[in-house]
Amino acid sequence: MTTGASLEELYREVILDHFRDPRNKGTLPNPTGTFSGSNPVCGDEVTIDLVVEEGRIVDVAFRGEGCSISQASSSMLAERVVGMPADDSRKLAAAVRTMLQTGDEPVDDVGDLDALRGVAKFPVRVKCALLSWNVLEQGLNELAPAS
Amino acid sequence: MSTPTIRGQAINAAAVRRDFPVLSQTVNGRPLVYLDNAATSQTPRQVIDALVRYYETDNANVHRGIHALSMRASDQYERSRARLALFIGERKAEHVVFTRNATEAINLVAHAWGDRHVGAGDEILLTEMEHHSNIVPWQLLAQRKGARLVYAHIGSDGQLDLDEMRELIGPRTKLVAITHASNVLGTINPVAEIAGMARRVGAPVLLDAAQSAPHLAVDIEALGCDFLALSAHKMLGPTGVGALWAREERLAEMDPFLGGGGMIDRVDEQMSTWAPVPDRYEAGTPSIADAIAFEPAIEYLEQLGMDNVRQHEIELNALAIDRLHSMPGVTIHGPQSPEARAGVVSFALAGVHPHDIATILDTEGVAVRAGHHCAQLVMRRLGVPATTRASFYVYNTAHEIEALVEGLGKVRRVFG
Repeated sequence: MTTGASLEELYREVILDHFRDPRNKGTLPNPTGTFSGSNPVCGDEVTIDLVVEEGRIVDVAFRGEGCSISQASSSMLAERVVGMPADDSRKLAAAVRTMLQTGDEPVDDVGDLDALRGVAKFPVRVKCALLSWNVLEQGLNELAPAS
Repeated sequence: MSTPTIRGQAINAAAVRRDFPVLSQTVNGRPLVYLDNAATSQTPRQVIDALVRYYETDNANVHRGIHALSMRASDQYERSRARLALFIGERKAEHVVFTRNATEAINLVAHAWGDRHVGAGDEILLTEMEHHSNIVPWQLLAQRKGARLVYAHIGSDGQLDLDEMRELIGPRTKLVAITHASNVLGTINPVAEIAGMARRVGAPVLLDAAQSAPHLAVDIEALGCDFLALSAHKMLGPTGVGALWAREERLAEMDPFLGGGGMIDRVDEQMSTWAPVPDRYEAGTPSIADAIAFEPAIEYLEQLGMDNVRQHEIELNALAIDRLHSMPGVTIHGPQSPEARAGVVSFALAGVHPHDIATILDTEGVAVRAGHHCAQLVMRRLGVPATTRASFYVYNTAHEIEALVEGLGKVRRVFG
C-alpha cells in the first residue's frame, strides 16, 4: 500500500533529472571488473564497469534498462562514488540501504542521494533503487575486499 | 469524431458490481479501478458465502466419512465438478480433475501423459505466446526424455501464422501445447484449426484455457483439444483450485501423478492399484472449500451468459484501444481489432517504464499489471523488457477506462 505517500516524494526532481540525463552511462574501455544484477520479477537490469586501483574507485560507468528509479539510482551512484575509497563507498551503500528500508534520515551525510529517501514509502519500488547498490557492493567485495 | 462509449447492453456492470464487496473500496483516496483481471479476478458475494457456509456447516473430508457432514461435503464437491464439466461441454464429470490451478494441471499432463509418450528426439510444439506455466513443465519433460521444444512464432500482428504451424507439425510432433488466449497480447488463437493439423499426425493438443475459460464460451468438442487446463481464481472463483479436463482415451493412457490417499484402490507392501479417474489424480485432501465455492462462480458466469461476457469485453476493448490510441506516444501491443483479443490490452508509453506507469496509476486507485507477465518470450518478441497491461472483466465500466486514461495523463505530466 502506498497510502499517504505522494508521488512528489517518489519522483523528486533530482531523480527525474538523473533519469532523463543519466551520468556516467556507457562502458569503460579497460574496467577492472564488470558486474551485473537484475530484478527478475520486474526485469530491471544494471551492469556496472568499475576501475579500482589501490582500494579506490577511479572510474565507474553503468548501463542497463529499467524503471526511472532503478536508472536514476544507478546514475546517482555512478556520479557519486567516482574517486571514493572502496571502504567509504561501502559505507555509503550501507547508509543508502538503511535509508531506503526505513525512510529515516541517514546518519551519514549522503548528499543528493537523500532524494531517494521517498522510495521507502513505496515498498515495492525499494528493490528498484537498491539494485545498483547491490551490484556495486558485489563488485567491491571482489575487487577490493574489506580488510 | 465522437468518442465511443460502451452500449452496456450485454452486461449491466453497475449492477454486477454490487455483488463484489471488494470493488466498493477506495485506494489512495480514489475509488478502486481494478484492471488486473488477467492476473486474478475478484470474487462475488455468492462465492464468498459458499466458502463461509462450507466452513460453518459442512466442513468434512470428502469421500472418506460415513457421516452426514462428509456426505454433504462430498456431494457439493462432486456437484461442482459436474457443473464445471458441463461449462466446458463435457457430460462426463469424471473427465474433470480438480488441481490447485492451471499450472498444476499442465504439470500433471507433462508427468502422467508426457513421461509415457514422449521420448528422445520427439518434439513438443509450443508457441512464443505461452505463459511460463505452459513452457517450463515441457522443458522439464524434454530434459528428462531428451525431447525437443519447437516454437511457433508470433507475427507482427500479434497472431500465430497457421502456415508456419502447418510446417512445424510433423511426424516427430508428440504434443501440441498452446494457449487459447494470450495473457499479454489478448490474442485468441484458432484452436480448432491447429487441433485439426495436430490430429493428422496423431498428436494430442493441450489447451491452456486459463485466459479463455473466464472470458468466452469454451467447448471442448468445438475446439477439438485433448487436454484443457484452467484456474478458478481467474473466473470469479477462489484461489487454490483449478482443473484439468482430459479426453477419455487420453485418461486411459496416463500413469498416476502424485501418490497418496484417495488415489488408490488397494495398497500392498510393494505395489498398489489405482482408483478410477478422477480420484486417481486427486491424491491427498483437496482444496475442498475452494472446489465447492467454484460452483457458484460458474453459476454466476452462466447466468450472465458467456456470450454476453465476451461482448462486454469486446466493448471495453474497443473503448480502451480507441482512447489509448488518442494519446501521443502510446503503442498498443498485439492485435489491433477489439474482436481479435480477450479482454486484455497491453501497451507502451514512450519514454516511461511500465513500473513507473503502474506506480502512478496506483496513486490514482487504478490497478494494472506491469512486468513481463510470466511471458518472457513474448517480451523478447516485442523487444521490450516489460509492458503495462489493463485487463477487463464483467464488472468493469466505460468510466473505469476513462480513469485509466486520466491516470496516464498524470503519468505524462510527471515525466513530461
